Amino acid sequence: MIQDYLPILIHMVIVVVLALALMGLSSWVGVRRPTREKNAPYECGIPPVGNAREKFSISFYLVGMLFILFDVEVAFLFPWAVVYKSLKWFGFIEMFIFVGVLFAGYIYIWKKGALDWSR
Amino acid sequence: MLPLFYIFGAVAILAALSVVLQQTPVYSALSLIVVLCSLAVVYLLLGAEFLAVIQVIVYAGAIMVLFVLVIMLLNARRETPADRSRMARWLGFPLLIAFFGQILFATWRHFSGLHATPQMAAGPKSIGELLFRNYALPFELTSVLILVAILGAVILAKKQV
Repeated sequence: MIQDYLPILIHMVIVVVLALALMGLSSWVGVRRPTREKNAPYECGIPPVGNAREKFSISFYLVGMLFILFDVEVAFLFPWAVVYKSLKWFGFIEMFIFVGVLFAGYIYIWKKGALDWSR
Repeated sequence: MLPLFYIFGAVAILAALSVVLQQTPVYSALSLIVVLCSLAVVYLLLGAEFLAVIQVIVYAGAIMVLFVLVIMLLNARRETPADRSRMARWLGFPLLIAFFGQILFATWRHFSGLHATPQMAAGPKSIGELLFRNYALPFELTSVLILVAILGAVILAKKQV
């Protein structure tokens, strides 16, 4: 069972080795003649403007928060789907109530216009 | 199996130290991702595949998005070390040693004969059986908890706009 995850482990090892090799090689072989332009952060060719730590709109936070909450809801669906057949109607009603309560929350978000970016 | 556990356990501890010691909040957040991912590997080694995947999706994915967003929202910059109080300087280190000693002692006393085996597996099937049969009410109450969180998020974020 655990052995099924061996490809992921091999992948991780390759990633680490490759990253170290690339960084090591470029610092070992590479020639460094820094100029002001070369040291500036690369921003699609446009000269960088201001600080990266800018204040963001609260809307990003709201969308992120709502994403997590519904993400947690979906996480509950996975173990439910696995045992769905053995739970029969009990499981169906159980999940119906669970999703129903969260659907009420979804309607609330919709009505409040929390998903409207402009407001 | 065991060497992998030691490797990823060590990575988790080092990254956790880095979370505390970094002075730039975004670096701390990135270190926290490493902690959460290596804990996921530890779960996987214990046979808890489902928990491992959920750990990566929910914690390392979703929760970290929120952490980084909050760091951006608060416009947190590099921390400047504050002047430590005299009490913290004299009491802090001995208390830290005592605390770690206590944890080590308790762990050694309670778990010295116990070995975590893959037979303690928590796959999606056993979790589902437990959650939807034995703990049906807590599961339903979770939906109310999430609903409250939705209301709270909307009310907090929408007030200012």
